[in-house]
Amino acid sequence: MYASSRRTLIISIIGWAVALLMFFPIFWMILTSFKTELAAVSNPPSLFFQATLENFRVVQARADYLSFATNSVVISIGATIFGLIIAVPAAYVFAFYPDKRTSGAMLWMLSTKMLPPVGVLVPIYLLFIRFKLLDTYTGLIIINILMNLPIIIWMLYTFFKEIPKDILEAARIDGAGRLGELVNILLPLAVPGIASTALLSIILIWNEAFWSLNLTTFKAAPLTSFIASFSAPEGLFWAKLSAASSMAIAPILVLGWLSQKQLVRGLTFGAVK
Amino acid sequence: MTKSSSSSKKGPSGLLILLAPSVLSLLVWMIVPLAMTLWFSFRRYNLLYPQRNGFAGFDNYRFLIQDPALLTSLINTVVLVGSTLAITVILGILFALLFDQPFWGQSIARLLVIAPFFVMPTVSALVWKNLLMHPANGLFAYFSKLMGLSAIDWFGSFPMLSIIIIVAWQWTPFATLILLTAIQSLGQEQKEAALMDGAGPFMMFFAIILPHLQRAISVVVMIEAIFLLNQFAEIFVTTNGGPGLATTNLAWLIYLKGIFGSNVGSASAAGVIAIVLANVVAIFLIRTVARNLEN
Repeated sequence: MYASSRRTLIISIIGWAVALLMFFPIFWMILTSFKTELAAVSNPPSLFFQATLENFRVVQARADYLSFATNSVVISIGATIFGLIIAVPAAYVFAFYPDKRTSGAMLWMLSTKMLPPVGVLVPIYLLFIRFKLLDTYTGLIIINILMNLPIIIWMLYTFFKEIPKDILEAARIDGAGRLGELVNILLPLAVPGIASTALLSIILIWNEAFWSLNLTTFKAAPLTSFIASFSAPEGLFWAKLSAASSMAIAPILVLGWLSQKQLVRGLTFGAVK
Repeated sequence: MTKSSSSSKKGPSGLLILLAPSVLSLLVWMIVPLAMTLWFSFRRYNLLYPQRNGFAGFDNYRFLIQDPALLTSLINTVVLVGSTLAITVILGILFALLFDQPFWGQSIARLLVIAPFFVMPTVSALVWKNLLMHPANGLFAYFSKLMGLSAIDWFGSFPMLSIIIIVAWQWTPFATLILLTAIQSLGQEQKEAALMDGAGPFMMFFAIILPHLQRAISVVVMIEAIFLLNQFAEIFVTTNGGPGLATTNLAWLIYLKGIFGSNVGSASAAGVIAIVLANVVAIFLIRTVARNLEN
């Protein structure tokens, strides 16, 4: 008994040391966001300082912060909703009406996720110029739907598979049409699965940087691009960078923490549950 | 009854309508950009000189292969992907073993460990670059001085290592999360039986846990490889591929040639190389997932 509680103590110490070390950069960023610009760059670093909310006020007062944040919300939620509308019917067919071609079709969809964005950056950029999609919501939403569609379909599929087929079959005998079956019977049962899928999709799109940096400049640029603008060498606005960053990651950190279990399923295409 | 069976006879067409939006959009997404990349890679095409056009044969590829930047960027890509994979998988296994043990406040500690994965890449790169690694005002410089050493100019002296550290910090939580889930799916009876047979912790790890983790590890490796092949944002906000070409990977080279340098033909040839590379990884990933689908 004694030995095992000592063991727990040692593991607790190691476990917490690892946790604090991994979290430290985020902690330090949050701490810096409450410093004055002078205290933020002081060396030795100031641990005890007069906390200020000035940075948050300044960053939010800049009219553009709010517009970048709005862009992130519009793009991530917009692409998620449209993605789900396209993906739910497909996942429904794969899960409840499987035939010989189902697994082939699903693997093919997965394989489109393997196309490296850098490989097709140039043609997409040119298409965006041609169709005037550069720096627009439409353009970025389309790209994000296409990027995430395979993940969404796969994740929905693994959730739909867990719904007993008998329930749907009973509805079928009652004469509900296929669309009725999907909307009236399946959707209510699948709400938790659809919600987790939506959450993962929002997280991935919120943090998407490659396409955002290349295809937007200002009007439709999300927070990932806004933060990148702090990389300009002139001026060390570390406290403001930290304040803007803290606000940019806070909602996603909370969503991510809430959905860790489902995340594994979605990101591994059901290969690890 | 007859009505419903006749409607299921008509089934396939009804089902096709439900599948069509997904299948068609992914089909277009797969074929159009790919075909364009291939096409452009054989064309003389520079956005700055629209009058120079026409078929280029293998010229773009020849110039690309003669360009020393290509080899450098390929080596950098392999170094970046390979070392990040090694670090994240090893740390991921260790962390997963650690968090498989019960300890005080374990669920909160676990939240802290996985947090870096949810930080957007531009934020993590800038926080590391400025607040931690900055040679004058960064926290690491302070610790160096505290120990009587001179401060390290991380991005000046070890640019690739600095980026690897940042990327590994972002992806270790991913490996940990997946491998922890896999370890926890290992039956308690199996572990207890091994303990009863007198297996020590090392024996237990190599004979039971590691074989059990094999598939999860391969999934982690392949998924990370696909994302890491596109590593871009971290380079964009920290080194811009430099100093020199020190941190130019394939993704940055394509950006440099195509978007920055307006040379569509050359960038497309490099894009084709990236696609071929990604496909090598993809084949293995799809095989693993397919095996899982059959079970």
